[in-house]
Amino acid sequence: MSGPELALQEARYTWGADEFLFVEVSEAMSLAANFKVMSLAARLSDSNLPGIVDICPANASLLVRFDPDVLPPHTLEKTVRAIERDLTHHQEQTLQTRIIEVPVWYGDPFTAEVEKRFRDGFHQEPEGTDVEFAAKVNNLKDSAEFIERHHSQPWLVSMVGFVAGLPFLFQLVEREKQLQVPKYLSPRTDTPKLTVGHGGCFGCIYSVRGAGGYQMFGVAAAPIFDPAQALEDFKDFMVFFRPGDIVKFSPVTETDYNSIQRQISAGTFRYRQRPVTFDLSKALANPERYNRELLEALNGI
Amino acid sequence: MAFRIKTPGLATTVQDQGRFGHYNVGIPQSGSMDQYSAELGNALVGNSVQDAVLECTYVGPALITDHHVVIAITGAPVDIKVNGMPRPQWTRLRLNAGDELSFGVIQGGTRYYIAVSGGIDVPEVLGSRSTYSLGVIGGFKGRKLETGDEVAIGDPINNRTLSAVEAVPENFRPVFTKEQVVRIVLGLYDHRLSVEGLDNLLHGEWTVTPVADRMGLRYSGPGVTWKDREQPFGAGSDPSNIVDAGYAVGSIQIPGGTQPIILHRDAVSGGGYAMVATVISADMDLVARAAPGTATTFRAVSQHEALSAREELSDRKNEAWAAVGATR
Repeated sequence: MSGPELALQEARYTWGADEFLFVEVSEAMSLAANFKVMSLAARLSDSNLPGIVDICPANASLLVRFDPDVLPPHTLEKTVRAIERDLTHHQEQTLQTRIIEVPVWYGDPFTAEVEKRFRDGFHQEPEGTDVEFAAKVNNLKDSAEFIERHHSQPWLVSMVGFVAGLPFLFQLVEREKQLQVPKYLSPRTDTPKLTVGHGGCFGCIYSVRGAGGYQMFGVAAAPIFDPAQALEDFKDFMVFFRPGDIVKFSPVTETDYNSIQRQISAGTFRYRQRPVTFDLSKALANPERYNRELLEALNGI
Repeated sequence: MAFRIKTPGLATTVQDQGRFGHYNVGIPQSGSMDQYSAELGNALVGNSVQDAVLECTYVGPALITDHHVVIAITGAPVDIKVNGMPRPQWTRLRLNAGDELSFGVIQGGTRYYIAVSGGIDVPEVLGSRSTYSLGVIGGFKGRKLETGDEVAIGDPINNRTLSAVEAVPENFRPVFTKEQVVRIVLGLYDHRLSVEGLDNLLHGEWTVTPVADRMGLRYSGPGVTWKDREQPFGAGSDPSNIVDAGYAVGSIQIPGGTQPIILHRDAVSGGGYAMVATVISADMDLVARAAPGTATTFRAVSQHEALSAREELSDRKNEAWAAVGATR
């Protein structure tokens, strides 16, 4: 392995009292750090160590919940450290995952209505809209250019959580091309379900209605959390996204959106998706060329 | 067999020991906030430790049973009435078909529990009957109870026979006070606190604010300061920000350095605020009992001490079950 982005230092190990081990792979977000977190999580899961309750991979860190009555803390730490040492010699270069097209209605009326209720005291620029602000802080010409940048390159699900099934998304582009937008000055008490949001360098899709501090640009047209498990994509589990999924946003019109709603009601909606092998070194060497290769998988479905 | 809800109370939900193993996709453990009180209710009515109970928050429900049932009310001190007549807490009670159970004003703490012989019978979701309201899963239709709900009660036939002991002895009932010492283990991002910040956390007096629910409790107090640093990429601009990470249940975050938040059983599973310490597992019930206004000090202990306290709590639960003639 070579290249500055891959040169991660040894992780920092620390405890959340008697039930949680926290492994900080990197203080800063990077694709390489997220990849290492996912590798650690996968190998720890494969170890089937008795007493592990939850393995929660996050953007640049790993949280492990354990039952200390079964698994002594030092045994867990020793195991994870051994996995980490092994990874420095045999770090996986590839990830078996899937690429998914997520239809988004940008500039929808639902987020627009909520946005209007949270301006003064909440937003940096109460006079404008979230997407106008996002375009401005990224030195882009206008909202249309921001939206184009938002959906033209794919994103990696770097973490699932906060609330049930919410994906954090990291755009697969060079750091200097990352869209970065500050969160609201003070969090809203309301966010429409399926809002496509952005805070710092992360995108997200709000899986449930509720509080939120990310800037809002649109709504995803189809569910991502379905406790009733009515749709085919939820047959195995009520949560759709998994860490490592690759997401391509696809802009849709109001007419498309309504047509998707009818498919959902009829129970026929399925996400367009394909299995892909994600190659870290290719993604780091030339993201845009590699993204074109990844997106080809979605063609002809 | 069912309870018909006449008035629902403030936030009455079905809870059990919790839903584990799905925190990695943001589904919290849920479960009774005060596990100790909830499980002793089950002990009194001949249930197992896994049976579901009703958790009442400050203002309890009024409900009518359609069958004779054995119940017990445990947890925060509250006046209990059956058909308007006072009944004791932490004691086995027998209701006849048509009897109405209701509650007076809570006298301390936050939550009390209605355990019923046979348990509350709602479908299990992902291995638990606990309500996760935000995700609208588990419990009674994934939500708090409403007027007119018919909440099914399980069949007690398979349960063991009731012991001769009718009440939890006084010395096994928790004390509900307005002052708490909560034991914490420093760690996670405690190195980000300044010397004064750490000193304030450990030696300041913190007060539970009204912003306290199943997700977490917010405290007011002296605030903390952070060490200076250039924020890492993706972390956000405030010194209390980190690159969004998994949140330990019981962890303490201090957004903006002002008001610490202890995440509890319906915790959000991750976010971008630095956690500086975690409440030991043995003190999570104690925190659950903290009403707004509770004066709190945080005492740092080692992980070793946390493990000893965990063992002591487990022993104490076993002794409490034995004291009511039940086996945990």
